[in-house]
Parts: sequence; C-alpha cells; structure tokens
Amino acid sequence: MIRFSQVSKRYPGGYAALKNVSFEIASGEMIFLTGHSGAGKSTLLKLIAAIERPNGGTVLVNGQNIGKIRSGAVPYLRRNIGLIFQDHKLLFDRNLFDNVILPLQIAGFDHRESAKRVRAALDKVGLLKREKAVPIALSGGEQQRLCIARAIVNRPSILLADEPTGNLDADSANAIMDIFKSFHQVGATLLISTHDETLLRQYTGRGLALKQGELQQ
Amino acid sequence: MKSWFLQHLHVMQFTLRKLRTTPVSSLLNVLVIGVALSLPTGGYVLLQNVQSLSDKLVGTPQISVFLSMGVSQDEINRFSKQLEQHAAISHVEFVPREQALLQLQHSTGLADVTGGLAQNPLPHAFIVYPKDNDAKKMESLRDELRSWPKFEHVQLDSAWARKLEGLLKFGRLAVLILAVLLSFALVAITFNTIRLQILTQREEIEVAKLIGASNGFIRRPFLYFGLVQGLLGGSAAWLIITVSLALLNASLSDLTHLYASNFSLQHLTAGDSFTLLLFAAYLGWLGALLSVTQHLWQIESR
Repeated sequence: MIRFSQVSKRYPGGYAALKNVSFEIASGEMIFLTGHSGAGKSTLLKLIAAIERPNGGTVLVNGQNIGKIRSGAVPYLRRNIGLIFQDHKLLFDRNLFDNVILPLQIAGFDHRESAKRVRAALDKVGLLKREKAVPIALSGGEQQRLCIARAIVNRPSILLADEPTGNLDADSANAIMDIFKSFHQVGATLLISTHDETLLRQYTGRGLALKQGELQQ
Repeated sequence: MKSWFLQHLHVMQFTLRKLRTTPVSSLLNVLVIGVALSLPTGGYVLLQNVQSLSDKLVGTPQISVFLSMGVSQDEINRFSKQLEQHAAISHVEFVPREQALLQLQHSTGLADVTGGLAQNPLPHAFIVYPKDNDAKKMESLRDELRSWPKFEHVQLDSAWARKLEGLLKFGRLAVLILAVLLSFALVAITFNTIRLQILTQREEIEVAKLIGASNGFIRRPFLYFGLVQGLLGGSAAWLIITVSLALLNASLSDLTHLYASNFSLQHLTAGDSFTLLLFAAYLGWLGALLSVTQHLWQIESR
C-alpha cells in the first residue's frame, strides 16, 4: 500500500530531513512511527500525502509515484488519505457538523448522504450530541477527536496521524488510541507518529523508529 | 452530472449568503461598480439619442435652392426644366413659398412664431436630389448651381449632418476610451475584493487543499462571487441610467412642450441592456479569476 525505497528529503538550505529511508506497509497494517522531534516523522507523513515531494528515491502510495504525480492528481490522492494533524487544523468559523462535512462537499457527495455520514463519524468519536457547537468550545482532546472525525468521514483506506496525542492527558490519549484501534479492526491502514513511549507499550503493532532522518532497524 | 449541478447550486447559495453577511461593503462595491459602468453607458445612451435625432432630421441628402424674391412663374418653369435635364440630378421638387410656410408651421413647432408674421418671408425653393450621394460630387453640384442667375442661396443640407457625424464619431471614441478605462477599474475592484477574501480565508483554503480540494473547487466560490458582484454592479448601472433618464425626460418635457415637440430621451434597448449586464458579469468574473489565480499560486508555493 505504501512503499519507500531509498527516499531522501532535503529542505531548501541543505537540511536533510530523511536519509535513504526504505520500508513497506501492507494494506490493513497499523504502524507506529517513533522518534524524537526533528527525527523526520512529519516529513515522512507529508511525503505520503504529497504535501512534500522526495528529492531522491521513490515513494509509492496506492501505486502512485509521489515524486512524479501531476499536481492536478494530488487532490484525488488525498481524498483517499485521512490526515490527522497535531494542531487539528479545524475551521473555527463553523460548527462541528460543517467542519466534518467539508471533505464530502469537496468530493461532491449529495447533502443527504453526506449528513448521514457526518453523523456516523461524529458518533464514532463521541461528539454526535455536540454537532451544533463550535470548535472553540471543545477541549484539546475533543478537538483532536473532531479532527479524526473529519479524516474518516470520507472512509479513506489510509489514515495518517501526526502526533495525535501530543498535547493530551493520558485519558484523552487512550480514548483516541481506542478509536484508531477500531479503525484498524475494520481494515484501514494506519500510520501514527508519536514520541510517547508509554503509550506505545500498551499497543502491539509494528514500529518504525526514525533517528535524525534515518530508519533504525 | 447531477452532483456537478448540485455543487454549483451550493456554491451559488454560499455566494449569496456571503454577500448578505457583509451588506455594507457589498453594497458599496456594487455601487462603485454601478457608478463606474453608468458613466460610459450613459454617454452611449446620449450619443444614441443624438444619432437617432439627426437621422430623423437629415433623411436623404439634398440641395436646397432658394430663389430670389421677385422671380416670375416663367422663370420658375424654365429653371425647373433645366434642373430636370441636368446630368447629375435625379429629380427635382418645387416648393412654392406658401407651401414652405405651411410646412414650417407643422413640422418644427414654430406655429406661434409664424402665425404672428404679417407676410410670408419665405422665397420659392427647389429641392434638388442629386444622383450621386458622394460628398465631393454634391459639393461641386452645389457650386455649379450657385453660379446660376436668380439662385439666391444654394445650400447642401447634409453639410451640418456631416459635421454632426464627425462630432458623434469623436464622442463615440471618448465613450469607448472611458469604457475601457473604467472596465480596468472594475476588474481592479473585483481583484482587490477577492484578494481580501482569500487572505481572510487562507486557513480554510489550506485545510481544503490538505483534504483533497482541487484548484477548481477552491476557485469556484470566488469566481461566483466576482460574477455575481459584477452582475449586481451592472444592474446598479442600469438603474442609475433609468433614474437619470426619467429625471432628464421630466425636465426635458417642460422644454419640448414649449416647442410643441414630443422629443424624449430613449432608454437602452433590451439587447444593449443585456449586453451591459453580461459585460459587467464577465468583468467581475475576470477580476476574480486573475486574483484567485495569482493568490492561490502564492498559497501553493509556500
């Protein structure tokens, strides 16, 4: 589903974020991406979503080569990837329902079908009763759950989460990990980056460890 | 197809909602566009009216020959024959002085003035229709007729019409220049409005791109906004002209009444009105397109 072969990414100014990284993730796997901040976790996730392009090597996602993908095809790639951001990237000018429906509007679903899916996604993350609230009224953990609801509403086959539990207390973090586990059970491919070692010990699953841009074996 | 249509419908509703949420600035924008468009359009309307007026007055070009006051009937017959046989003349019409006075009373609304005259001041006249409407040939015919005896005054009636035509040409050019300049202004106004919108919605645009929005999807609401704003501005211009013409006609009717004429300024034709709206909408759309292309590229390259 996702394959990196000898991928390197250098940012303008010469900073090498990833050096010669190779790995493969099969469909339906749940992978933890670990490493200190600055190890290249975010860069790796950005390459998968074509937010950044590799300088060397090939990144294949669903059979598409990210290094060579046309910019016109990027939106369609992203519609099959759910992105969960550490800073949530919610829109504060609209309520929960309108935040979650955005990917469906973009994909051109009709409104009635969209509304059903939005409510299902909000129910999944435990925010259904607050669909009319605005994001500013939510706690940090709730905002992260809202971000997850928006990422899954389009039923993507790949979920990428960048430090989803980064700023949360243990209870909220566990709630979010439980949500991820339930997606894993229905067959989604998950790649979750974290620097939280204690969280990792509670879950079994393959890990990818990055250190200064290189993959540790 | 249906989802495409629904998406556009959705964007349209969204645009109208956005216009309503900022009523004051929307109204001001629409007014500025309306005023900018109404200037050249108003000029065009006035020129059209002058044009139709001059068309009505001129008709086909002709040469008026006014005879000396004391000319006899024999002489008139002889002149008439000579003119009929002239190679450059297609036909001739004799206007006796009595008939000329009647015509004057009826056509130009000077009945009150002529009624007060003690005697008919008008001479007998011939109206000469040249075979060729070419300006130079008509002028040489006029000069030839001037040399005939007892031909007191020979006048080429199209001369002033040609001067007017020249003036109208000048006016049309001025209106065109004004229209081009103000079209740029309209595009600039829309460009700037959309720029501000993009800046305030930058976050939303970035998020939308991250979750799979195509450039077309992001552009669409802004293009619609430009289009609708242009269309409303065009409608405002049309209204401004309608109201102005009504006011002008009201005061004009007092004036024309004095001259016993029923002249009034004509509004834009349906076709011209449609063109105005279409053009305004197009310019709004164009300004939005330029703005959104420029600024989306900036967001992309960040």
